[in-house]
Amino acid sequence: MPPLELLLQQTLNGVMLGMMYALVAVGFTLFFGVLDVIHFSHGDIFMLGAFAGLSALLALAAVGLRTPFVTLPLAFIAAMVVTGLVGVMAERVCVKPLARSAPLMTLLATLSLGLVLRESVLIFYPRGADPKPFPQLLPAGGFEVGGVAIRYENLAILGIGLAAMVAVDLIISRTKMGAAVRAVAQDPEAAQMMGVNLDRTVDATFFLGSALAAVAGMLSGFYYGEIHFIMGITGGVIGFSAAAIGGLGNVYGAMVGGLLFGLLQTTAAAFIPRGSEFRDVVAFAVVMLFLIFKPSGILGEKSVERV
Amino acid sequence: MSPSRRDLLKGVSTVGLWRVLTPTSAWAQKTSVKLAFIGPLTGGTASNGLGGRNSFLLAVQERNADPKTKYKYETEVLDDECKPTVAVQAALKASSDPGVTAGVTHYCSVTAIATIDTYHKAGMPAMVWGAVLPEITYSHKHVEITRVNGTMINQNNVAADFAVKALGFKTFALIHDTTDYGRAHAKYISEYLEKAGGKILSTQGTAKDQKDYTAELTRAKADKPEVVWYGGLTPDGVRVKVQMDKLGVRAQFQGTSGIKSDTFNETAGTSAEGTLAFVEGAPTEKLPGGKRFLEAYAKAGFKEPSEAYGPFAYVAANIVIDAIEAVGPDRAKVAERLKRTRNANTIIGPVEFDEYGQNTVSLISKYVSQDGKWVLWEDSEYASGKRTLPGLRFKKL
Repeated sequence: MPPLELLLQQTLNGVMLGMMYALVAVGFTLFFGVLDVIHFSHGDIFMLGAFAGLSALLALAAVGLRTPFVTLPLAFIAAMVVTGLVGVMAERVCVKPLARSAPLMTLLATLSLGLVLRESVLIFYPRGADPKPFPQLLPAGGFEVGGVAIRYENLAILGIGLAAMVAVDLIISRTKMGAAVRAVAQDPEAAQMMGVNLDRTVDATFFLGSALAAVAGMLSGFYYGEIHFIMGITGGVIGFSAAAIGGLGNVYGAMVGGLLFGLLQTTAAAFIPRGSEFRDVVAFAVVMLFLIFKPSGILGEKSVERV
Repeated sequence: MSPSRRDLLKGVSTVGLWRVLTPTSAWAQKTSVKLAFIGPLTGGTASNGLGGRNSFLLAVQERNADPKTKYKYETEVLDDECKPTVAVQAALKASSDPGVTAGVTHYCSVTAIATIDTYHKAGMPAMVWGAVLPEITYSHKHVEITRVNGTMINQNNVAADFAVKALGFKTFALIHDTTDYGRAHAKYISEYLEKAGGKILSTQGTAKDQKDYTAELTRAKADKPEVVWYGGLTPDGVRVKVQMDKLGVRAQFQGTSGIKSDTFNETAGTSAEGTLAFVEGAPTEKLPGGKRFLEAYAKAGFKEPSEAYGPFAYVAANIVIDAIEAVGPDRAKVAERLKRTRNANTIIGPVEFDEYGQNTVSLISKYVSQDGKWVLWEDSEYASGKRTLPGLRFKKL
């Protein structure tokens, strides 16, 4: 394969990977933007979304519903509702009660919740220790453009991912709830004085961010063909790093950060000698460089505060 | 006259002494002896760990039910998560408990190699039941460490000869996890492939539990290898194979003993078809006592399958119990006895340790995934010519 084709194919690989990271990163950035918290169980909520989606698909298949046009939207909705509610619960159990404590306490509480979620899937999901095959409902097959293999499935995943991000953008920028989220992110006290219901806004933010993680979890299942209860560990760390690269609190920054992280990992593995061994080293080294030289991230933080 | 306190004490002491010295009386009960099991019960390789744990527990249950057994065996099951640091903590916990006489320890090579010194310093006999890194037994002469399963050296010798000489594949792309396990497999397969006349086009190390292999596979695909070989464990092996198919990598997929699990076939689904893997010893159902083991395992009602290395954990538990029955629950004596195991009659056939405590398993079985099951190569439709391996089909295109 000539180098240009290889470059394009690897870029496509990086974009696919980055899309999943970006969806997780948006959740991190929303939580940080609104409450200044780093919600470290978000990676495991991403994993929970994948398992909730799988359970929904299996349940629908069990009652005889197998048409992707029907089962896919239903499974996405079910997974988003489950993770959305778990996200709200996480906020009420691990974030709100610790609002006046040191930030480290919230960090510890959310980390612990992530562990609880992970181990719960391991213990209570049937044979939870094993990787689970994910139903392949997206269109199979594909075509080649200039030597680059493009699968219809990849296009569907990119389409769904982009649609989810556009939806978040519209919710944040065009709806009343989005205005409340932006107001709380800027100044919670002033927002409250202007009649914004803080509790409801925070709940909505956690619901939205966690529901987005379910989309990422399901897309990961469709893309890789399997899900595993440990998938949230690295998914969470990378999602947070992507949000930090893009600028914590900045939704568009998280999207850019996710894509950049995916491209960095892929490029390192593909084009550096023995790069596959150092893909994470390269990607996280770039994160460190950003934290040192541009701590506000590519598109800037929501305020002058830093993590 | 009422008895004094001294008389009462004397009486109680006498009764106590009588109980100790008269074990055959109605008072006598079997002395409890504790055995440790350590393996990955959570994490990516948990399915193998749980299969090993269940097999270990089955052996202990059977021996406890046997009236001829001198001791009552209790168990301490610990999770090493397939992580060296966690494994050392588990090994410390087991070995620092004087009640634990011996252990059946570790499926992952990274954990088995990390804990050798812990068992040696504590003097606790530890019989490895699944890890295949040669150095676990061959890097020292500690009396405490023995291994009932074989090493990866023979496995890779057979795997390389089979791929090159029997199947006629010439070019290979190697991908391996960067743990001691994956690296050592890559080292031995490279040596034997070159010796057999194969050509290695690329070798790429990847992190354990990596999710995305598209970059590595795209890079490998550019070289057009006839075989993509993976040195690692089941969850990662599934990902490599499934992503190979999605990226349209037209090559035979060959793995190590680490992917030979029911979980591989169940998760990879149709992608698993035609995958090759190599394991020491014979298939469980063809082992001398395999049928009885599988029946007993099914009867015990465990949720998880025994997986490829369950029979080894079962055998290790039985050999350890045999040693305790022979010399008593004394760590040093049990270790000496275990190291001198010769021609032990087990469900995997005779077990005999060399001077390093390594069971000299010479038989390596070749497996191919056929219709969602691992089938011994010789019994498969691929060997009979009814089906063609994916790699051989691609060669003709």
